[in-house]
Amino acid sequence: MVHQHFSLAPNLTVLDNIMTGTEKLWSFKSETVTARTKLLGIVQRFGLDVDPDARLGDLSVGEQQRVEILKALYNDARILILDEPTAVLTNIEAERLFRTLKEMARQGLSLIFISHKLDEVMAAADRIVVLRGGKVAAERLVGQTSKADLAELMVGHRVTRPVRDQAAPGAVVFEVTGVTVRQGGVDRLKDVSFHLCAGETLGIIGVSGNGQTTLAHLVSGLAKPSDGGMLLFGEPVANLSVRGLIESGVGRIPEDRNKEGAIGEMSIWENTILERVWSPAFSKYGLVNRKAGMAFAERIIADFDVRGGKPASRTRLLSGGNMQKLILGRNLSDRPRILIAAQPTRGLDEGAVAAVHARILEARRQGTAVLLISEDLDEVIGLADRIQAIVNGRLSPAIAAETADPRRLGLMMAGEWRQTEGAVNAS
Amino acid sequence: MTALFDTLASAGLWAATLRIATPLIFGTLGAVLCERSGVLNLGIEGIMTFGAMVGWLTVFNGGDLWAGMLAAALAGAAFGLLHALLTVTLGLSQHVTGLGITLFASSLSYFLFRLNVPLASSPPTIEPFQPLSIPFLSDLPFFGQAVFTQTAPTYLAILMAVFMTYVIFRTPLGLAIRMTGENPHAAEAQGINPVGIRYGTIMVGSALMGTGGAFLTLSAFNSFFPTMVQGRGWICIALVVFASWRPGRALLGALLFAFFDAFQLRLQAALGGIIPYQIFLMIPYFLSIAALAVMARRARVPQALMQPYRRGER
Amino acid sequence: MRLERRSHRPLFLVLVSPLIAIAAALAIAGILIAMAGAPVLEAYWRIGVGAFGSRLAATETLTRATPLILTGLAAAVAFRARLWNIGAEGQFYVGAITVAALGSGALSSLPGAVLIPILFAAGALAGMVLMLLPLWLRLRFSVDEVVTSLLLNFVAVLFVSLLIDGVLKDPLAFGWPQSLPVGDHALLPKLIARSRLHIGLAVAVAAAVIIHLVQSRTVFGMRSRAAGLSPAGAVFAGVPFGRTLVMVACLSGGLAGLSGAIEVMGVKGYVTTDLSPGYGYSGIIVAMLANLHPVGVIAATVFTAAMFVGADGMSRALGIPSYIADVTVALSLLTMLIALFLTQYRIRR
Repeated sequence: MVHQHFSLAPNLTVLDNIMTGTEKLWSFKSETVTARTKLLGIVQRFGLDVDPDARLGDLSVGEQQRVEILKALYNDARILILDEPTAVLTNIEAERLFRTLKEMARQGLSLIFISHKLDEVMAAADRIVVLRGGKVAAERLVGQTSKADLAELMVGHRVTRPVRDQAAPGAVVFEVTGVTVRQGGVDRLKDVSFHLCAGETLGIIGVSGNGQTTLAHLVSGLAKPSDGGMLLFGEPVANLSVRGLIESGVGRIPEDRNKEGAIGEMSIWENTILERVWSPAFSKYGLVNRKAGMAFAERIIADFDVRGGKPASRTRLLSGGNMQKLILGRNLSDRPRILIAAQPTRGLDEGAVAAVHARILEARRQGTAVLLISEDLDEVIGLADRIQAIVNGRLSPAIAAETADPRRLGLMMAGEWRQTEGAVNAS
Repeated sequence: MTALFDTLASAGLWAATLRIATPLIFGTLGAVLCERSGVLNLGIEGIMTFGAMVGWLTVFNGGDLWAGMLAAALAGAAFGLLHALLTVTLGLSQHVTGLGITLFASSLSYFLFRLNVPLASSPPTIEPFQPLSIPFLSDLPFFGQAVFTQTAPTYLAILMAVFMTYVIFRTPLGLAIRMTGENPHAAEAQGINPVGIRYGTIMVGSALMGTGGAFLTLSAFNSFFPTMVQGRGWICIALVVFASWRPGRALLGALLFAFFDAFQLRLQAALGGIIPYQIFLMIPYFLSIAALAVMARRARVPQALMQPYRRGER
Repeated sequence: MRLERRSHRPLFLVLVSPLIAIAAALAIAGILIAMAGAPVLEAYWRIGVGAFGSRLAATETLTRATPLILTGLAAAVAFRARLWNIGAEGQFYVGAITVAALGSGALSSLPGAVLIPILFAAGALAGMVLMLLPLWLRLRFSVDEVVTSLLLNFVAVLFVSLLIDGVLKDPLAFGWPQSLPVGDHALLPKLIARSRLHIGLAVAVAAAVIIHLVQSRTVFGMRSRAAGLSPAGAVFAGVPFGRTLVMVACLSGGLAGLSGAIEVMGVKGYVTTDLSPGYGYSGIIVAMLANLHPVGVIAATVFTAAMFVGADGMSRALGIPSYIADVTVALSLLTMLIALFLTQYRIRR
């Protein structure tokens, strides 16, 4: 099994990583010479080129993945399961991987290749199984199917948009042009452009790990752009700050509510006001106005139907859905002009999902511009007016939600928006 | 200038360097072993104190000098077991637990010492380790005096550094320890028991710390007195970073450090009238802090250091 | 057998956990006393009498508690923000020597009402400066502040030794290394006549209450708690992380420095290198026993100080080394860690 997230030690050498646990713990000596010979044999047999003595952390991600595969082969694996193996690879590295996989299959190994990306399965596989909602939706031989066919099977035929009033988009409130975010020497976002209008929802779809987190951090004031420009309510801003955003009426729902959205060991009322405690409504002369905080929390609990806690109880006690309602409440209760919602329903039960969706639709109806970043395709189709896809840190052009059909969305998420015959910038 | 040269050329300076380095070598090796598997052991200062006390007491009560060393090692391992219980099994803060063990072990040493040896104006002494005379080598000109006039535990410390380098980098056990310190989940996935490894390294590492403490009372001095460890344990913790978690470099670091210490003692004797001795005594601590500041970013810290490991919890 | 996180911590357990921890520590120390051949209950009875049995004993315990409350608070405020200040011992000494330097020299002619607050501030400032170095090293070079703040303890004591052997040496002390005494105006008024108990206790208790209010009522308190509990959550909520840590470091170092200042001005009047019997380190224990609650620090300090003061008399009567107090107090830190763990987890089979 080769996981999407590697199980390796960056400070150790390739050979060390592979040899761990392969010898008797109490042997007096590691048989490194034998091990190296065996490893180099496998390396040559499958063309999985890596230097056994390189420090793992110095290797590229593609090479690290080869080490993971080598680890399995070194232990004489006959069946290899690769979970999203290309999520972290560049195109060239991915092509190389496909060649290796073909070679391995030719030599008699069995391979299971799990991926969201249509190109890849078509390139790597002989037989394709489509999973949807935990069930096998279809099984096809590569020679007898096409990408469009697969995309349709992936998305399913249930794409029906809920009935709701027509969007009446107002003025542009937030505009991002050509922004790049570089973190730790890697471009997490590349030349990203989008805009938000009052009273409309822009949905960002995409396969997990394609830059959604960085995009959410950028617009939440946590990540700095290294290039490009932003206009907030028509004013150019170099960096967004948390306080600046909140002051100008931007609400933020983080993608990880337990880690970022709320501090479990603090009380509910503290969590409702922590991000706006500087406001005169909640503090004066550096003293927190506890009464106002409690009242605010009380109001949110009542208005947003937060169950399972009083203002003074610990936030950790709330269920995921109620915690999310609390976070929604603190952002929506004073009618923000922009709402940024990153994965707002991740891990919630059906009832809570419905409640969150209703709130987002309600905010939009009242004129809030909503940026919805979600991996849940149904959610985006249900809520958004325009849709863009994020792939490998890049954003596709926007398409109008009405024109979204399963095939088109599937291709966009596969990074093939150039083929969606003239994406219209519907705004 | 000639005075400086004379000092450097005196066999006494180099002999003192080795002597001062010995407890640091033991302590740093012990701390390296613990941290290689991902556990910070701030109990070191107390464990060294306890080792010094229990080693001395064993000999004072008629035990053999080596029995004293062994007693110190076993006592160290016992405190290591306690540290492992609290930080590995219960996953408590390694910082606070280590400090707690230091406070407990040192106060317990003072208590047991005072219980056995009533307060006296001059503390009782024992007959410590004598310099080991090595045929031929000890008779060499200069080197015989400078290097081969040490007591047996000093040679043991140096051998221990070599042995640990071998174990950590050349055996499957060493690889298992390193993998546990880098990524216990990966270690577990490859059939290694990270909890067992951590218990082992903490106990053996603490035994080495105890031995280092015993050297103070059984070789460097011949009596025990409170606060005699004087922050040597903390210096060892800094030396671990300086040594980038490598036993060989730990040996070098301890020697380098001890050299400065031995040198400043001589400088102190020469310049005592002009520069107050406290300035010289501060140097080791500032050196440690400087070493930390220089190496902290550069060194490859074991990735799982200070992260408690619970099966299936990431 | 496995451990399972409790969905919430019962308040009752949180409140009794220090008592359970202390009882467990006393029980284990009792084994040591019994092994030493003394009657355990009598030993504890004598410790109690030695600490509270007379007016003198009680005032002595409270005198001993005064600096400890402040070093305990220093540890509590730092630990709450996950800033590991283990350097309270050194900060205590630099606070003390600063007061000795200023209070014995030029300023000593000022009236007490002016001089005492100045000296308090100076001592606190010295402690702050000493804590800012480890914090700077952490923020700048990512050096663990535990080891640096610990190492600075030794430097601080040597620095004090340097001064009281040199420029601040008292020529009338028959060659003993001790500092010049502070002027009479700098001495703190007594809280109770014919005792050593001084108004420093009131200052320390007030500090505990004020810190409790700061932590529970102010924006800074809320933010420093958030920074300690969840750095990611704090940053998302816009808490200025580095600035908050600097403020916490100043508060923590300042309290430890103030502790040293008060000990000089309240009890001794001069500085020696054994001014502190480990107040800085005991402060860590006190803070943990109090579960980092500032008002709890007062209660935990009374236990700790009583052990230290009571053990002397017990030691004289029964021949048990008074170090048993240190052992018990250190043990109570370890048992408290376990007790706190059990308030968060339950053991399931």
